[in-house]
Amino acid sequence: MNSFFARRYVIAGIFITFIAILLARLFYIQIVDDRYFYIAANNVVRKNILFPARGPILDRNGKILVQNEPVYDLMVIPKQVKPFDTLKFCQLIGIDKEGFDKRFEKAKKYSPYRASIFEKQLSVAFYRSLQERLSDFPGFFGQLRSVRSYPDSSAAQFLGYISEVRDKDIENSGSYYRPGDYIGVTGVEKAYEEVLRGQRGVQNLMVDSRNVPQGRYANGAYDTAAVAGERLISSLDSRIQKLGEKLMQNKVGSIVAIEPATGEILAFVSSPTYDPNMLVGRERGNHMAKMYQDPYNPLLIRPIQAYYPPGSSFKPLDGLIALQEGIINPQTTYFCPHYYMAGNHRVGCEHFDGVTDLRKGIAMSCNTYFCNVFDRLMNRNGAKNTRQTFINWKEKVNKFGFGVKLNVDLPNEKKGNVPAPERYDKIFGENRWRSSSIISLAIGQGELLATPLQLANIECTIANHGYYYTPHLIKAIGDKKITKKEFTQRNYVGIDAEYFEPVIDGMQQVVESGTAANARIPGIIMCGKTGTVQNPHGKNHSIFVAFAPRENPKIAIAVVVENAGYGSSWAAPIASYIVEQYLRDTISKPKAQIDYILNANLLPPPKGSKPKLKPGKTDTLQKAKPDSIVKPELKSASAKKKKKPDTVYYANQPKRREDE
Amino acid sequence: MNNQRGLFYNVDWVTILIYLALCTIGWFNIHAAVFDETHPSIVDTSTNYGKQFIFIMVSLCIATVILLLDYRFFSALAPPVYIITVLLLILVLVIGRNVGGNQAWIPLGGGFRLQPSEFAKSTTCLLLARYLSGTNVKITDRESFFIAAGIILLPMILIMLQPDAGSTLVFCSLIFVLYREGLSPWWLITIAVSATLFITSLLYNQWIVIAVLAVLAGLTIFLNLRNRKIMLPILTGLILCIGFVLAVKPLYNNVLKQHQRSRIDELLGITTDLRGAGYNVNQSKIAIGSGQLWGKGYLQGTQTKYSFVPEQSTDFIFCTIGEEWGFAGSVVVLGLFLFLLLRIIAIAERQHMVFSRIYGYGVASILFFHVIINIAMTIGLMPVIGIPLPFISYGGSSLISFTILLFVLLKLDSNRTGYA
Repeated sequence: MNSFFARRYVIAGIFITFIAILLARLFYIQIVDDRYFYIAANNVVRKNILFPARGPILDRNGKILVQNEPVYDLMVIPKQVKPFDTLKFCQLIGIDKEGFDKRFEKAKKYSPYRASIFEKQLSVAFYRSLQERLSDFPGFFGQLRSVRSYPDSSAAQFLGYISEVRDKDIENSGSYYRPGDYIGVTGVEKAYEEVLRGQRGVQNLMVDSRNVPQGRYANGAYDTAAVAGERLISSLDSRIQKLGEKLMQNKVGSIVAIEPATGEILAFVSSPTYDPNMLVGRERGNHMAKMYQDPYNPLLIRPIQAYYPPGSSFKPLDGLIALQEGIINPQTTYFCPHYYMAGNHRVGCEHFDGVTDLRKGIAMSCNTYFCNVFDRLMNRNGAKNTRQTFINWKEKVNKFGFGVKLNVDLPNEKKGNVPAPERYDKIFGENRWRSSSIISLAIGQGELLATPLQLANIECTIANHGYYYTPHLIKAIGDKKITKKEFTQRNYVGIDAEYFEPVIDGMQQVVESGTAANARIPGIIMCGKTGTVQNPHGKNHSIFVAFAPRENPKIAIAVVVENAGYGSSWAAPIASYIVEQYLRDTISKPKAQIDYILNANLLPPPKGSKPKLKPGKTDTLQKAKPDSIVKPELKSASAKKKKKPDTVYYANQPKRREDE
Repeated sequence: MNNQRGLFYNVDWVTILIYLALCTIGWFNIHAAVFDETHPSIVDTSTNYGKQFIFIMVSLCIATVILLLDYRFFSALAPPVYIITVLLLILVLVIGRNVGGNQAWIPLGGGFRLQPSEFAKSTTCLLLARYLSGTNVKITDRESFFIAAGIILLPMILIMLQPDAGSTLVFCSLIFVLYREGLSPWWLITIAVSATLFITSLLYNQWIVIAVLAVLAGLTIFLNLRNRKIMLPILTGLILCIGFVLAVKPLYNNVLKQHQRSRIDELLGITTDLRGAGYNVNQSKIAIGSGQLWGKGYLQGTQTKYSFVPEQSTDFIFCTIGEEWGFAGSVVVLGLFLFLLLRIIAIAERQHMVFSRIYGYGVASILFFHVIINIAMTIGLMPVIGIPLPFISYGGSSLISFTILLFVLLKLDSNRTGYA
């Protein structure tokens, strides 16, 4: 019977072989191949991104300009959706069947098992009404998130807006952003994106096979908390900001007010403006499209992007430079016969001022006086050296922040224009131009172009007797009081303090008895300068620049109202209201007078197209259009115009984003 | 004389220790596999691990009872218990509870139920041993062979009707018993060749397989031209093989069920459907593979705890071992099984009674088949076949039947020296 005894070894051998095969395989998948280890971690760990709250922005008095408001995103998990009344559902959330199918397909494509956004940003009120009926539609649920909200509906261009990141943003950020994230696109939201956005947190959740969370991975050892964005304290004073926006309603233009002692921007009005809340929520796209089509272009940040010739508001600079160069002293007089002859080109003067010194010249805005001063300034090294003298002059003007960027803490600031000598070489031939050729610069015309911010900044410089602080909009980040070192450094403009007094005297007279007497505020000494800039497309632009009070100035301001008329009739009273509101928190002027300005509609009739002339191109003679002021002024020798002709140049506006 | 001997007289303690070790490993891993924070106690009877504890206790009682019985009892009782099992297998087809597509359980009340196919393994072994140990029975005789085959095939067919392919296949392992008792080795070779041809014809074009076979046969004949005797068997074998290869596809498509085909397709990599047919094995491989050398630690296995692996306390219990105890734990478990199998062979060979020896080989074969198929399935070496891992998988019927299977052998072994 035991003849097959040896077969026990065969059987044992087979057993051992098979067990060895199993062990070898186990050795491979458990030790050699670590693929399964990572798949297992993927299987079970879900990274939950915790979105930090974006930082709020406050005004200088702690009033909230922008904060976060809860909204609901309607989410869908396609696998959990059961057949339901599509039509009813579409009606409920206000979409059509086609839109429904499109969204649902997109969600399914993303993942049938994971939640994706079906409809964005439903308001809390809307979601409440939807919520009760949502239980009829399994697979759909609301997810709380937050959006920007603007309780005052003001300062839209200053604050800017946020928008979903584009692929390019993701690329540029080194994949910091993910699709669906929000990023600041303009204004402070963009300039301070990195402090506002905060830090994302990660929560590692363990999920089971049905994707149901089962607790923290490794007890939260690898989790990071979301750090909320910093709170920004802006320098804006929302009282005068709102007053300014109200005064500027139905008008095109800007108001910029700066505190001279710090460079902090107090008001930043760009008109027409829009309610920043319109760029939040479901209707955002529609609103955006409307604004792009608006002929008055509310998205343009006029205080830093619109160009205006400074006109007569430039005259104090003429005086200051001439004083510094020793060309004149405060007592120097010129006779004004109602005009000035530059060669055989006549520059008119509004008034018959007679014997005019610096103070009177500023107070009465005498063209003759300043043309004389400019002529002497340009010829002080001899007529042959005009070019070099001009370059020297240009540098001095640049020092005032004219024709250069002030580096305000907002993106897309434009630098204005002070023409380069090469321009004139091109027009008149090299070295073939003299002071008479460029005499229009004396009265702030010609190719001289400035932004309202630059105009206000010059007032700061005058108020400070020779220096300015870089204007800025954010005065503190969280508890940190100083945002940038540059904002605390004085920028000297190269004019000695003593030369400012006579100029300021003249500016004081402007308001007390001169061109802007209607802007006088009893009890407050305001120093200002009007400017009336001719607009070939319509009525003149009204400009007023000022600072107040004279001693220890608290506010410097520039007001531009397009198509309004004289500087004294519109810009000056608006400036006076704002100055008074800021200094006294009340306006002493009769209400009827304020209402008159408040209710005035000075919008120019919309044209087929906006002027799209780019700064820097318009001031060549060859390209100048017949309706441009540049041409007659440059040919100044023969110009007969009485008024200062002018136009407004729009800076390039930001390119339209594809998603809006 | 028997009365003077104690309960554990001459009992093989080594085997009992391995048995206890495996049961304990099973119990703890069932605890880990279905661990539930609300029922942390390992003996809470509302949970699978609590129930398994009861099953272990019951098994130990049954083991004790078996050791108390007279050894002659098993040989004598082999025919009646076999008949009872067959009757139960027929009964289950009539009144059985259908669980997971198999009509394999007879409800006993109280949430417990009986799976007669589990017990059929032991009773078939007993009757096979009884028959083959009879005088004048030689497996090489045609009549004896057919009777032996009939003893095995009857319960197989009944189980196949449930249909429980896994348990049916277990009976095939008894070929080792027949081989040990004198069955021609050609049977084993045939099985190995058939399996190889089956897999290759599924993986490759059947004509390529046939061509390769023909070339191999031709080469063999060419190299042995002088030995004409081998010509005929080789050609016969070739023709049989070609016939088999040609039959594979039709058999595969018509005899096997869709779910069985898709499992084999997944295994062979013919199809890849990680969300469907391949889900179980893929998740099982992930669980085991992620254990690495030392494992994630007791109750720390994420894949099993969060139910990525289905059937994790029964057929896929090895996932928990692999994940939480790593390669080290796998080696220990497989080592214990191998040691147990070799021990059983050793026990079988030391028997004076042929009955005991044959029965011992039956036990070894059945355990071997379960261990290999079950673990190979969890690591993607075999198609998914629902059979438990002996002593470790959750389930009363399987644990008790394996206990009976093993302890009957131990009882017989305790009488190895005497015929009396």
